[in-house]
Amino acid sequence: MPTIQSIAGQDEQHPDVALVERVRGGDDSAYETLVRKYERQIFRIAQHITQNREDAEDVMQDAFLKAYEKLDQFQGNSKFYTWLVRIAVNESLMRLRKRRTGKMYSIDEELKTDEGSVPRDFADWAPNPEQNYNQAELAEILRKTIQGLPHGFRVVFVLRDVDGLSTEETAEALGLSVPAVKSRLLRARLQLRERLTRYFRRNTPAASQAHEPSRGNGVEK
Amino acid sequence: MTCTEFLQILDDVIDESMAAETRAEIETHLRKCGHCEVVLNTTRKTIEIYRSHEIYEVPTDVSERLHAAIMARCKKTH
Repeated sequence: MPTIQSIAGQDEQHPDVALVERVRGGDDSAYETLVRKYERQIFRIAQHITQNREDAEDVMQDAFLKAYEKLDQFQGNSKFYTWLVRIAVNESLMRLRKRRTGKMYSIDEELKTDEGSVPRDFADWAPNPEQNYNQAELAEILRKTIQGLPHGFRVVFVLRDVDGLSTEETAEALGLSVPAVKSRLLRARLQLRERLTRYFRRNTPAASQAHEPSRGNGVEK
Repeated sequence: MTCTEFLQILDDVIDESMAAETRAEIETHLRKCGHCEVVLNTTRKTIEIYRSHEIYEVPTDVSERLHAAIMARCKKTH
């Protein structure tokens, strides 16, 4: 009969740990399950960092292959997904470096500006403002808006708010401190909010007429 | 509570990780400050919209191709 402690231990074990064990035992179908489970998220992160579809596809393949090769180094004291994201982020940064004349990139840079740390536009949004746009228009707005942020902000926002990782897991995946994640997250959220206000503000002629942003001719880069 | 103080804990407010006492102070502030209320609501909505709309969708055929490529390369490393 299992003890209370062993039951608690079983409850705490993430299902990925069992899959990783199976892969280590030679069962490739277990790795296939892990790939299926996370390929979309890894592609999304790679796309957010590299901003290039071809690069994101390559990063996704390389990250999964590298994770497979290095599986013995996975300790199990972090989530498999967090460990995988870290590999994918490093692959993405290397890809950026290759593409852009060898310049070094890191998630830890680009904090020199205070832009977006204080809200300036206090216009309220229309109720369900996304319904004023069709799917393609909305996706374009969301893409262009987030592309305007530094990649170190984008990736924190995506891991924390879209993927739902905790602040600590995000810090671990990106090799950042917890305060650095918090600072980036706040600024990413505020900058996105500020930029989306142009499209989603309540009762503006532009919003109700032509699906155009109410100020300016598009989204700043 | 001032607007600056509110902004400093905005993330905690959104993530609902605050002490009950702080929560009461926030509610008092929000009743008086329309700007902070808008910032809070629209920031929440920003997160919700990004969470519920996939902006980098991978078409199924591309996904299958990538998936097959990954598994083929993994098998080669045996």
